[in-house]
Amino acid sequence: MYLYSLTLQQATGIICAINGNFSGGKTQEIAVARGKILDLLRPDENGKIQTIHSVEVFGAIRSLAQFRLTGAQKDYIVVGSDSGRIVILEYNKEKNVFDKVHQETFGKSGCRRIVPGQYLAVDPKGRAVMIGACEKQKLVYVLNRDTTARLTISSPLEAHKSHTICYSLCGVDCGFDNPIFAAIELDYSEADQDPTGQAASEAQKHLTFYELDLGLNHVSRKWSEPVDNGANMLVTVPGGADGPSGVLVCAENFVIYKNQGHPDVRAVIPRRTDLPAERGVLVVSAAVHKQKAMFFFLIQTEYGDVFKVTLDHDGDHVSELKIKYFDTIPVASSICVLKLGFLFSASEFGNHGLYQFQAIGEEPDVESSSSNLMETEEGFQPVFFQPRRLKNLVRIDQVESLMPLMDMKVLNLFEEETPQIFSLCGRGPRSSLRILRPGLAITEMAVSQLPGQPSAVWTVKKNVSDEFDAYIVVSFTNATLVLSIGETVEEVNDSGFLDTTPSLAVSLIGDDSLMQVHPNGIRHIREDGRINEWRTPGKRSIVKVGYNRLQVVIALSGGELIYFEADMTGQLMEVEKHEMSGDLACLDIAPVPEGRQRSRFLAVGSYDNTVRILSLDPDDCLQILSVQSVSSAPESLLFLEVQASIGGEDGADHPANLFLNSGLQNGVLFRTVVDMVTGQLSDSRSRFLGLKPPKLFSISVRGRSAMLCLSSRPWLGYIHRGHFHLTPLSYETLEFAAPFSSDQCAEGVVSVAGDALRIFMIDRLGETFNETVVPLRYTPRKFVLQPKRKLLVIIESDQGAFTAEEREAARKECFEAGGVGENGNGNADQMENGADDEDKEDPLSDEQYGYPKAESEKWVSCIRVLDPKTATTTCLLELQDNEAAYSVCTVNFHDKEYGTLLAVGTVKGMQFWPKKNLVTGFIHIYRFVEEGKSLELLHKTQVEGVPLALCQFQGRLLAGIGPVLRLYDLGKKRLLRKCENKLFPNTIISIQTYRDRIYVGDIQESFHYCKYRRDENQLYIFADDCVPRWLTASHHVDFDTMAGADKFGNVYFVRLPQDLSEEIEEDPTGGKIKWEQGKLNGAPNKVDEIVQFHVGDVVTCLQKASMIPGGSESIMYGTVMGSIGALHAFTSRDDVDFFSHLEMHMRQEYPPLCGRDHMAYRSAYFPVKDVIDGDLCEQFPTLPMDLQRKIADELDRTPAEILKKLEDARNKII
Amino acid sequence: VQASDRFNINSQLEHLQAKYVGTGHADLSRFEWTVNIQRDSYASYIGHYPMLSYFAIAENESIGRERYNFMQKMLLPCGLPPEREDE
Repeated sequence: MYLYSLTLQQATGIICAINGNFSGGKTQEIAVARGKILDLLRPDENGKIQTIHSVEVFGAIRSLAQFRLTGAQKDYIVVGSDSGRIVILEYNKEKNVFDKVHQETFGKSGCRRIVPGQYLAVDPKGRAVMIGACEKQKLVYVLNRDTTARLTISSPLEAHKSHTICYSLCGVDCGFDNPIFAAIELDYSEADQDPTGQAASEAQKHLTFYELDLGLNHVSRKWSEPVDNGANMLVTVPGGADGPSGVLVCAENFVIYKNQGHPDVRAVIPRRTDLPAERGVLVVSAAVHKQKAMFFFLIQTEYGDVFKVTLDHDGDHVSELKIKYFDTIPVASSICVLKLGFLFSASEFGNHGLYQFQAIGEEPDVESSSSNLMETEEGFQPVFFQPRRLKNLVRIDQVESLMPLMDMKVLNLFEEETPQIFSLCGRGPRSSLRILRPGLAITEMAVSQLPGQPSAVWTVKKNVSDEFDAYIVVSFTNATLVLSIGETVEEVNDSGFLDTTPSLAVSLIGDDSLMQVHPNGIRHIREDGRINEWRTPGKRSIVKVGYNRLQVVIALSGGELIYFEADMTGQLMEVEKHEMSGDLACLDIAPVPEGRQRSRFLAVGSYDNTVRILSLDPDDCLQILSVQSVSSAPESLLFLEVQASIGGEDGADHPANLFLNSGLQNGVLFRTVVDMVTGQLSDSRSRFLGLKPPKLFSISVRGRSAMLCLSSRPWLGYIHRGHFHLTPLSYETLEFAAPFSSDQCAEGVVSVAGDALRIFMIDRLGETFNETVVPLRYTPRKFVLQPKRKLLVIIESDQGAFTAEEREAARKECFEAGGVGENGNGNADQMENGADDEDKEDPLSDEQYGYPKAESEKWVSCIRVLDPKTATTTCLLELQDNEAAYSVCTVNFHDKEYGTLLAVGTVKGMQFWPKKNLVTGFIHIYRFVEEGKSLELLHKTQVEGVPLALCQFQGRLLAGIGPVLRLYDLGKKRLLRKCENKLFPNTIISIQTYRDRIYVGDIQESFHYCKYRRDENQLYIFADDCVPRWLTASHHVDFDTMAGADKFGNVYFVRLPQDLSEEIEEDPTGGKIKWEQGKLNGAPNKVDEIVQFHVGDVVTCLQKASMIPGGSESIMYGTVMGSIGALHAFTSRDDVDFFSHLEMHMRQEYPPLCGRDHMAYRSAYFPVKDVIDGDLCEQFPTLPMDLQRKIADELDRTPAEILKKLEDARNKII
Repeated sequence: VQASDRFNINSQLEHLQAKYVGTGHADLSRFEWTVNIQRDSYASYIGHYPMLSYFAIAENESIGRERYNFMQKMLLPCGLPPEREDE
């Protein structure tokens, strides 16, 4: 089995983000690393984040830093990754790519302890960069310019210190003196040797300054001083003319200013009043904002509170450090302050936010300062505050993030054409169920009912130079309705259009006159109101019409074509007639090219399954240029011109192209390239769009022409970053559409469906899925479908949180406390007022502020029944007594007394470490009542371990309780044990069954294949895996095959060899005799690994599903970082050969950007086996043309054929 | 095998041990070995962000806190070292 791996939704979580002027000029961009993806984002003028460029690097990006050479206008990006190399990138604005400026190898690849890549620090003046590892190694590279002003990089200088753990690195701003880097270090060598533990307790973190002597080209340890043992992060303090230099050391509960030869200045970080005393406050992200005369820092704690840190300084001397409460936003992995007054917060989990500064925290608020730091016997006196609503920031945009994707199911609950993906995302109060549909999201602007069933709609301008449309013209079977567009849309009768007949086409003709084509003729309405009417000869009527701004072709019944042109005076003149062999199915004329008199091509579709291209040139007017036969009669034709691009943000440069699109009656869209000179057709591609014949319309999206295809669902064909995309729109079936432009909506679409007129806009381009969000209460763990009623049952649980009632009580209390001013600080008055209006208007939303922290042994959990159609929760059971739900399944016991029941595995007082031997688990059995909408507890059975897996099996319930697999039957008061097997190595985390086989996944030891023998009432293992795999997800593929994913980011398939499988099935003892002869405590048979692939991200869910109606199934997976991918089996050997060769050439010709070898990355833990990386293959169109041709030559194909293959492969999956 | 070769191999080993932390030797104790494995594991967790997030979700902590906890655990990953026997 060979699989094609394709990422359908790129990772949406962010590891780190930096900001700078990467494209040069004034605009600021944000570079974000999303695991293996490097993105460049920019907030546009409307304050929306736009992705400018995105590239997959096939390696784990761990750190990013930006630097700028003195006097330069542009920032470079340094990337620390798992490649054992330092890579410097420059964003090339013209080509919209990252150019690799330098790549220097320094060590082994992989995320290792002593191989640098974890930390990056740059000298603020851009003269050197330090790259560090968790332990021991630090390397310094000197950056400079050569005579032609290109960036140069030196060989590395070592600043190693063995037995030393490094917590953080940063550059120290010391103007143009020798560059200095600061590090928080901890030496463990003595602690390792001292059995008494004294050395360990005395182990002290140090702040060490490394100086790069540019003259001697040497790095030395300049200064090292003990620092608070909770130190975890360093922030550069501006130096030289801008500030006092030195560093801010962020430690647990403190921020300390340190510099060589300067006494420490320390202040406590204010604590939330409701924080348990055992918990510290740790800074997780920081940003600095520098303006001409001032600078300040924003630091964010692990609870999401943002503080503004300011330094009072006089020259180099810092007299006071102040930490003032700023605002609270969701916890971020990085925050970036942009020059335009934006704050970009890359959330750890959930949607990222773009905030605008309303103020910079000048108003009084809770503040702690170094000057009033109080030291008591128990340590430093804490300062308390209460989070409040946003005061300084206001959120203006958010970027959706699925991270972490906890569970996912592909189901078609809404009975739509394609299935929906139901995914559980997020954590704690920001958890949600997200329903993903493939396709672009749209915004509906207006829906209005019309009198009767409209058949077609057009929009028309009054003058070619008008910006907005003047009329919407709607045609019915026997009438035409004209609506004028203004402040409102209303019917008019003075437009000159004939309203007693249906219309076939309405358009602007010439510069300023209107044309209406109706079955009996053409009505030409001149700008001054004169009307010219052309009538059809005899009793023939017009059946089809093709037109652009200057040309009109009509087809009469019987097959006669008449061609008109608008002359200089705007008069429509008949030019040519031509008799075709039979009735015509459709017509289209290409738009008039810029600066020309006429378009050269007319496309004619006939019922004999052909499409012809006819010339419209005066010399060979209506002569056939080329013929194409298609699989079914064409219904609609459309020429789509793709303008030439010279790169930039449009993506790769490509010449202008003309495509002929035909919508066929069998629902297929057929796309062909038209030679712009000869009219020859070549390079055709087809795609099935839906059950109805697609009707094609030209619209404009982002100022470029695009194609709307209306089949049983609407599709949009458009160019995005240099690629043609054909994507469904998440909207209902439409009959007819036209572009729409008014001052409220610059680029909309007006359409008719049923008896309604709909106006909508297309939102974000380039996305694969659009989502509907249903918020949840706690971190969702798993969910199951109640198959009969199509309801979802979700289990949610959180550690270290309070139950809903406790939270409510605490909140009330805290508002009351706020009322009497117990804020432990001098700003009580202010807070009092603040708290008061919060109480009235907007109680603190948990989504923003997070749940208050409880002691770590406290758990909260709930079971929810949710109706996905209405997105309403029909039942929510909050578990009591510190119980948390871990597993869920539906079960039908063989005595059908209750029908489908719900089994939920819970644990009371779960503790991960130290492992408790005696945990109390329960299996709850619930009955669905009120048509499945509600749950009723039948009984609760106590078990001796953690029930992490539950599954129905032959009318009974299988439960994995720690290392025990047990079969239960339903009793009146509790579950009854029937059979068990205790031979599993660690903890059972998944159970799947098929016929009499049971596939058990162990948390650490991969799959075990079991059988149940009913007559002997015995469960036994007959095969297992020989590789230790830390399973995170599993899925049953077929009788002998299981798909699994491990915690290190691998997806693999195991299969029981065919002969073994048959032997076991035929053996009357079912392989039991053999089982008794098992060696080395293992099962007698071993499964083979047949597929292996490193995804590079922890896969949390696997499922076999098909995203296209009638398509073959693929294995879909979701990951912690919020990406969704698919593995699709190849059906032909030729395809396997083709794609493996393409992959090989891509590896050679286009090595990944960050220096990781592609093959090594995909084989990071186990050698990749029988999986072709579609993500790498899909980078083919981004290669320069000559490289594309070179690879294509080696494959004996043309680049266009390769593109077609790639498109086909993708279309099989989604 | 000549004496000089043996010396050579030894010196090569020493070089490796100095260069690559965690390279074993004949007298490696169980404790030292485990400590090494644990430190390597923690470093790997910190380096692989998805794995770090996975732990953070399990423990309901922020990723930053989880990273700090793992770094802290690198000091004494397996508790105190055992008493030396030979002294």
